[in-house]
This record gives sequence, C-alpha cells and structure tokens, in this order.
Amino acid sequence: MASPVALSPPTSTPDVEARLALAEQLLACDEPRQCAERVVAWLARQGQPEVVACLAREPGTGRLVCLAARGLSDAGRAALELPPDAATPPLAEVLQQAAPRFFAPPRTPLPGMGCLAVPLGREGASVVGLLLLSAPSAALPPDVAWVSTHFGPRLAALLPAAPRDWAGGELLRRTLDTVADPVLLTDLEGHPRIVNARAEVLLVAGPDASEGRRRATELNQQVFSAALASFASGVASGVRRREVPLVDPVEGIDLLFEVVSTPVVEPDGRELLVSVLRNVTDLGRATQALGESYRRLRATEREARSERHRLDRVLDSVPDPIILSDPSGGMVMMNGPAEKLFATHPDSGEAALRRLRSNNAAFSSFLANMLDAGGQPRWRGQLSLVDPATGATLPMEAVASKVLGDSGELTGIVTLFHDRSEALEKARLLERVKEGSIHLEARVQAATAELAEQNEMLRRQAIQVEQASAAKSQFLANMSHEFRTPLNAILGYTNMLLQGVSGELTPAQKRNLTRIDSNGRHLLEVINEILDITRIEAGRMPLNLSDFGLPELLQEVVAEVDPIIARSKLLVTTQLGPRVPAVYSDRQKVKQIVLNLLSNALKFTHEGTVEVRAEYVAATSTVTISVTDTGIGIAPAHQEKIFEDFQQVDSSPTRAYGGTGLGLSICRRLATMLGGRVTLQSIQGEGSTFTLHFPRRARRA
Amino acid sequence: MTNPRETPKPLVLVVDDYQDAREMYAEYLEYSGFHVAEAKNGQEALDKAFELRPDIILMDLSLPVIDGWEATRRLKNDDRTRTIPVVALTGHAMTGQSDEAKGAGCDAFVTKPCLPDALVEEVRRVLALHGGAQSR
Repeated sequence: MASPVALSPPTSTPDVEARLALAEQLLACDEPRQCAERVVAWLARQGQPEVVACLAREPGTGRLVCLAARGLSDAGRAALELPPDAATPPLAEVLQQAAPRFFAPPRTPLPGMGCLAVPLGREGASVVGLLLLSAPSAALPPDVAWVSTHFGPRLAALLPAAPRDWAGGELLRRTLDTVADPVLLTDLEGHPRIVNARAEVLLVAGPDASEGRRRATELNQQVFSAALASFASGVASGVRRREVPLVDPVEGIDLLFEVVSTPVVEPDGRELLVSVLRNVTDLGRATQALGESYRRLRATEREARSERHRLDRVLDSVPDPIILSDPSGGMVMMNGPAEKLFATHPDSGEAALRRLRSNNAAFSSFLANMLDAGGQPRWRGQLSLVDPATGATLPMEAVASKVLGDSGELTGIVTLFHDRSEALEKARLLERVKEGSIHLEARVQAATAELAEQNEMLRRQAIQVEQASAAKSQFLANMSHEFRTPLNAILGYTNMLLQGVSGELTPAQKRNLTRIDSNGRHLLEVINEILDITRIEAGRMPLNLSDFGLPELLQEVVAEVDPIIARSKLLVTTQLGPRVPAVYSDRQKVKQIVLNLLSNALKFTHEGTVEVRAEYVAATSTVTISVTDTGIGIAPAHQEKIFEDFQQVDSSPTRAYGGTGLGLSICRRLATMLGGRVTLQSIQGEGSTFTLHFPRRARRA
Repeated sequence: MTNPRETPKPLVLVVDDYQDAREMYAEYLEYSGFHVAEAKNGQEALDKAFELRPDIILMDLSLPVIDGWEATRRLKNDDRTRTIPVVALTGHAMTGQSDEAKGAGCDAFVTKPCLPDALVEEVRRVLALHGGAQSR
C-alpha cells in the first residue's frame, strides 16, 4: 500500500554547486528526453539510489513514457510504460493527486524494492510526468524535492501540451459541442488543440473519411492557419476579426465565416488562440445582394436622371407648349415654348408681365374647369392667350390629360397647347378652296350641260342629216321614177313610130326619130348611173351573193353590147384562163362592172381588138376579169383621176366622147362592195387594160 | 300581121295610172294583134279582171287607190282570177321590188322604161308558158 511521503527535514546542507551545475545543464537543454537524462544522471550520482527513472505523460494518449532511467532493464522500462489506468493504477493516482508518494513492497512499481513517486509539473497545473526512485522509506530526499520543484515546470514547458487532457473535462467539452458555431483552441500557427464538434467537421478528417472530405479539411486547415498567421503578424493583441472562406466538407459548398480570435495564455505561459467562427455565408450573400441592389438602384437612378434629361430635351424640342401641373393646379414643370407664354422673367416689362398674368389666369381657369368637370381623363378647351412679347392674340387649343398613379389617384396634369392660328388660317383657306371648288363645280356642271346640249344638238343634227340623206335618196329615187316615166313614153312612142305603127315614114323623119331615140337612151343611161351612185351611197344596194359560172357571164355581157360591136369594126373576143372555177359573189354587180368596162373599151377604141379575159389566181383565191383594148390609152397623169366621180380625161364641153363620167366611179364602188378592186394598165396611144379583181368567195359585209 | 278567126285574140288588161304609157302600150298591143282592156288604178283593175277575165294582166305596181301589189294579191287569192298571169311593171329599178312583186303573185317582172316591142315580146313569152293552162 502506498503511503504519503513526508518531507524529511534537511539533515545536511544541500550540495549547492551540484544543483547549480544541474540548473545550468537544464537551461541549456530544450529537449525533454535529454533534460530527463541529465536529471536522472544527477539524482543517481547525488543520492546513489538503486533505480532512478523519469516518466512523462504522452500528450494526447496520457500514456506514461520513460524518458530516462538508471538501474532498470528494458523489460522494467516497458512495464513502467504501460498505460497508467491499466497496469499501474498507483502511478495514475500520483498523477491525479499531484503529490509525492511512497510505495512499499510488494505493491510497488519497481519490483522488489520501495519506490518513491514524485509528480512533475507546474505549480497548480496538471502533472506532466513522474520521477521514480528506489527508496527504503517514505522520506523524500531533499535533492529529489529540489529537482521536482525546478525540473517539473521545465519539463512541462518542454513537453508538448496534451490537448485532450484539458482542465474542465467532459462537461465543458459537451457544452462546447452544443455551440452551433465552430469553436477551437489553437496555437498561433493554427494547430488545433481543442475543437468542438462543428469545428471538427470543418477542420478534422476522421481516419475513415472520404478522399474528398480529407482534401476539403486540409484545404480548410491551410486557409484557417494562413488567416491566423496573418493575425499574428498584424494587430499586436486583443480580439481580432477576419472573414475566412471555407468549404463545407460534407456539402461541398462554399461558406464564409467570420473568425473572432481571442488570445489566451496557457498556465505554462504559451500563447494560444480561441477562435469562434461565425457562419456569415448568408450574411455575405445578403451583403452581396444588398450591394448589387444598391448598384442597381444607382444605375436606375442614373437612368431615371438621364431619362428625365431626355424627357426635358424632348419636351423642349416640342414646338407646342407643354405644362405639367400638380393635382392642385400648381405648375411643376414646363417646356421652353410654355415658358415663353407663362413664365415671368426678371427683365419682363410691365406690359409683358400683365400679359403673362392674363395667360396664367386663363390657364388656371382652364384647369379649374377640368377639375370641376370630374372624372374625365381628358379635357379639351379653347384658350385665347396673348403673346407676352408682342401682345398678339394666340388662339390656342389646350388638351389636358390626367396623370394617374398606380392606384388611380391623380398625380398630375399634363396640358398640351396647340397654336390654332395656322389651323384657323388653313380652315379659312380650305373654305376659300371649297368656295372655289363649288364655283368650279358649277362651271363644270354648266360646261357639262352645255356639252350635253351640244351632244343632243349633234345627235339631232345627225338624225337630221340621216333624214336628209334618206330624203335625198328618196328624192332621187322618186326623181328617177319621174324621169323615167316620161322617158318611157318618149322612147316607147319613138320606137313605135320607127316601127311604122303610125304609117310609113320619110327618110328624114326616120333619121330624126332615130336621133330622138339615141338621145333618149343616153339620157336614160345617165339617169341610171346617177341612181346607182345614189343607191350605193345610201347603202341601199345590198349584196346578193350566189354561185355562178364565169363563161356564161362573159357571154351575156358580150351579147348585151352585140349591137354596138356589130356597128363597129372591132374584133371582140372572150378568153377563159385555165381552171377558172365557179365563183360565189354578186353576179349582177360583177356583170355590171364588166359590162361597163367593155362599153368603155368599145367607146374608146376605133380599130383593133377588145379582149375580155377571165383568170383565176389560186395563190390569193382571186378571180380577175380584164378588158384589154387597142384604143387611145390613158396618160399616166390621168390614170387615177378617171376613177373619180364625173371625171373624164377630156371634160371640156367640146369633148369627143360622151358619157356621164360616172361609169368607172361606179365600177370602183361596186368592186369595193365585192371585196375587190379595179386596176388599170395603159400606154397612151396603144391601149388600156382594165382589170376587175375580186375574191372567189365573197364575204358578207 | 294578124291572123283572125284562126286563134282568138288574147285579151290583155293594161293597168297603169300614167295615161300616155297606158295608151302607148295598148296601141302597140292592138297593133301587135291583141285585144286590150285598160284600168287606171288597182280597184278598176280588179273590177275589170273579174268582169272580163283577161288572158294576161300588165300591172304597174305604183297605183292609186289600190296599189299593184295588193291588187295582184287579191287576184291571186280569187278563184276567178287565180290562173291569170300577171306581169308587173315598175319604174323603180330598186333591187328587191322584183322579189316583192313575185311574192305578191306576179308571174313576170318588167322594169320601165320598157320599149313597146320588148313588152309585147314578154307578154308573148308569158302567154306561151301559160298557153296549155288557159281556161277560156
């Protein structure tokens, strides 16, 4: 059983020189094991005990480690180094109670001998080690007491602190663990001594932690250490604050902590830091957001300002006056043109001021009317303002619009003025233009009416002309009847007399009657031709189309002029070209044309031949009937003229040839009706060829 | 010139309002061996035709009272005179009158002026055409 050690009174004066020597050695030494060696060696020399050993508590584990020993085997050392709570509870008791103790055999740490256990450490602080000496009794040798007093603090200073073995114990630790913020005690370099649960998560990786988590905690430790190191180099002392960005090893998200570090001095005099980390991540974000909002606010403000400037410029650029009033009618803002009408200037003259007051009064009255009118969002009115500079009247139209707030409350009134001088002038001009146009319209109507009247007149005239033409035709038809009726009698009686119906005639009577007969026939011919022209011109000679053959037609024509041929010395022949087909045309008219041409040929030919020839031109489906004579011929200058009405080559009163001069004119008109024409080839003195060309198949006009 | 008693002289009714022409034709027809009756308008022509039943009628178309077309139409619509040939005479040489005349029932058409010998020739031609059909 161990018993407390009583300090024996000093029996002899201490060996001061030896103690000084040891103290010097210890001061020169800063390595615990070395110091322990020297202490053990010194004690062994001074007191001559059988066994001396110096043990130290290992930081962290609390295991006793033999720093130095004399008189002990390796096995004896090892036996001492067992954990105090397991094999050597007696030593643990010494460590806990921090008082020297004697262990008598057999229950002794040193097998077979009495043992003194002297705790080592700072006064009032935890024990860091033990001195073990073999001793016969519980009396503590003075040198041992001295060594323990001086070597204890030294050893405590040299030995690394035991973080886990920290005064305050488990309760304090649990208390710390409940703190939501990470709390840790570190040395100045940031090596942790005590960490609470939250700090452990951030800075310590367990042995079974994942690779990612380990790296995160390492990174955090580095950052944290760097932050603390900067503290050390920075402010000298006191509470220090700093923001440290760390990584949440579990979530992998960035966190921002405010580190508040407070230096504490350990009992052994070492400076440590208690750091409390406050998670300001959200705060940081909030701050950031706040900054962003502020920037935006500034930007918006700038924008608003520039918008305002822009608006000002826009308003000023509007030539019409614009006024912004507050809900009570006070002017808030006005553009340049409005200023000219409503704003007083220091240098305004008396007259100008009077006019400005008048304008303002007019405007106030206008606004008052508007506000009195109530709910209408717009108000329109006519204001008669005065130009302050000249005094000229300005007829204005004012349009006021209410500016409503978000909740519909009236926040202002914008009034826009529009100078109506121009509009009035325009209206006046428009009025004049309208008057002019009405006048013009009246004139147009009059002109139109006149035109219509003239049209009507023309129409009536056309009818009259038509009627006159019809009357002329009718007249000519009647006249021809009236001509013919007596002529019929003249020719008839002449014919009868010549036939001797009234008895035999003398040769002279017969000759004279023959002359009456011949002149009567000529007159009839003239009347017939005039009648033909009239009928053609009146459109009263229709086409009578039919199929007929040309040989028969030519025979008929020649037969009709047979009496004339018989009286002449001419050879008259008819020729038919190859493959002349039957034609479809107006037989009567073809016959009349050919007869006329043949009559002319006989009339103007004194000797030689007259040939009537019909041919067919397949390429153009045209039939030609030509009459060729060996007569007097026609000079080129007259070749066109002879087809005109009443024209003969010789139109003198003493001309050699009779006839109306209508024959070729009629031929030309009839040929046109058939869709054809009459052509002439002639050499004066040698003869002429008149040719009728007409389509084999006539088309109804 | 005439061959009396062997064949009776045909009776020609000459209808014309113009006296000179009517008498001229009548004289020449008698001279040429015909009996001649005269009428100076359409009504008279109808009366004489129904009364005398001529062998042929020379009908001027432009007539007072009843014109030649109407007279011809009535003659051709009456059983008593239906078969009597009518030769139309006109001074109007306008185209279409011949068609109109034939439409009214005229058997031939002669345009004035027509010489007496030409007219007689036409009368003989028409009578020859109707020779076998004569009901006298």
